[in-house]
Amino acid sequence: MSSIGTGVEYAAKAVDNSGTAIGLRVKDGIVLAVEKLLQSKLLVPISNRLIQTVDTHIGVATAGLLADGRHIINRARDEAESFRNNYRIQIPGKVIADRVGQYVQAYTLYSSVRPFGSSAIIGAVDNEGPQLYMIEPSGVYWGYYGCAIGKGKQVAKTEIEKLNLSELCVRDAVNAAAKIIYTVHDDSKDKAFELELSWITNETKRHEFVPREIAEEAERLAKDSLNEEMEDD
Amino acid sequence: MDHFSQGNINYPPQPRSDAFSDPTTQTLNPIVVGSSVLAIKYKDGVMLAADTLASFGSLARFRDCERLYRVGDFTVLGASGDISDFQYTTHLLDTLVVEEYYTNDGHVLKPPNIYEYLSRLTYGKRNKFDPLLNSYVIGGFDGGEGFLGYVGHLGTSYQSSTIATGIGAHIAQPILRKVVEGRENTITEEEAIQVLEDCEKILYCRDGRSLNYYQRAKITAQGVEISGPHKVEGDWQYGVKFGKYGNFK
Repeated sequence: MSSIGTGVEYAAKAVDNSGTAIGLRVKDGIVLAVEKLLQSKLLVPISNRLIQTVDTHIGVATAGLLADGRHIINRARDEAESFRNNYRIQIPGKVIADRVGQYVQAYTLYSSVRPFGSSAIIGAVDNEGPQLYMIEPSGVYWGYYGCAIGKGKQVAKTEIEKLNLSELCVRDAVNAAAKIIYTVHDDSKDKAFELELSWITNETKRHEFVPREIAEEAERLAKDSLNEEMEDD
Repeated sequence: MDHFSQGNINYPPQPRSDAFSDPTTQTLNPIVVGSSVLAIKYKDGVMLAADTLASFGSLARFRDCERLYRVGDFTVLGASGDISDFQYTTHLLDTLVVEEYYTNDGHVLKPPNIYEYLSRLTYGKRNKFDPLLNSYVIGGFDGGEGFLGYVGHLGTSYQSSTIATGIGAHIAQPILRKVVEGRENTITEEEAIQVLEDCEKILYCRDGRSLNYYQRAKITAQGVEISGPHKVEGDWQYGVKFGKYGNFK
């Protein structure tokens, strides 16, 4: 970065300081996982969700400024609804990614507004199958098989690269995602966190939070494997 | 446009309609319409039936029009009357279901909620002199039992164990009541199918805007199942049995 930073560079920094969020595109669906750092022990569990539903078949995970993330999700919901009103079909993954990407980019253009201090991972299952996109504060977006944003993105990305995403099924991807979030989290440095896990399967085409039993099982497996590694060291 | 009307010195002739006037609207006339919807409560829940015809006047314009629509996981909406208004309503409900889904808190719109929503919607639209020209039947399953409600185009609404709209209200409703009333918790699925099929058959014979193909929806604790189109064989003996034009002998 040059000595004079641009707005989007500061915005990207805001994202890099937040909890990690990852998205996996696998054989039969999408899995989203977020390490939600808890601001206070007094917060009711599951408050301030970072993964939200935009349409029945679309889920978005955000990292960075909470309020900016919510604004992006609101916009995504409006775009999804408007698409349904105009075309009477559900919005395809690449269209929602493009619409939201253009919107985020527009906020880098004017002196009256600032760029979003949030990145968004958009997961969708449409007629083309599972789709995964990530939008950065600059407005650029690419399609991914696996992506990570936030504090632990480097570690998370190397962990994701070890997975065989094209062979993995959603059920196993949940366990893998939980494990990655636990690996990335640094107990000694970071605040306590809550794991958010959601999926969209080709079968149901619905974005929903992973059922409690399955999520708890995934967390247990993640903790166990970390403990084993500690003992090996 | 009337550019030639007389007028006088104070009121120069004005065109009655030009590019700046309001457009012609047809919202008070139904154009493509569906006929009766029938519905009953039975042992396991609720069953609805509606033929698949959408008529354009006396022309049987669309013979594959589905007038039973699934809303959420435990509700079916059936409609007679204007098909375009029905399509508009289904779109509104779809939007509503998605908005409810945002919260992801496990709560979904239940049949009584949809029934109430539709009654407020129809009443609100009629107050704007822009009514939805439909009779709606809301069938669902909620709290361990079937739900069956009617909503009319002026916002009128009621719940009942048998409902028939359109000409079915005159021809099928008495038959449905005779079979169902007081026996809601004993009628089996087979019996329910039988009585609805009988009514569809009679309607096909006596309703000039009906068709011999119909769909059936069943809403039980297991959820929604819409089947068909089923074919009914026209039994023209009905006319002989019952005497001339339904004059029961």
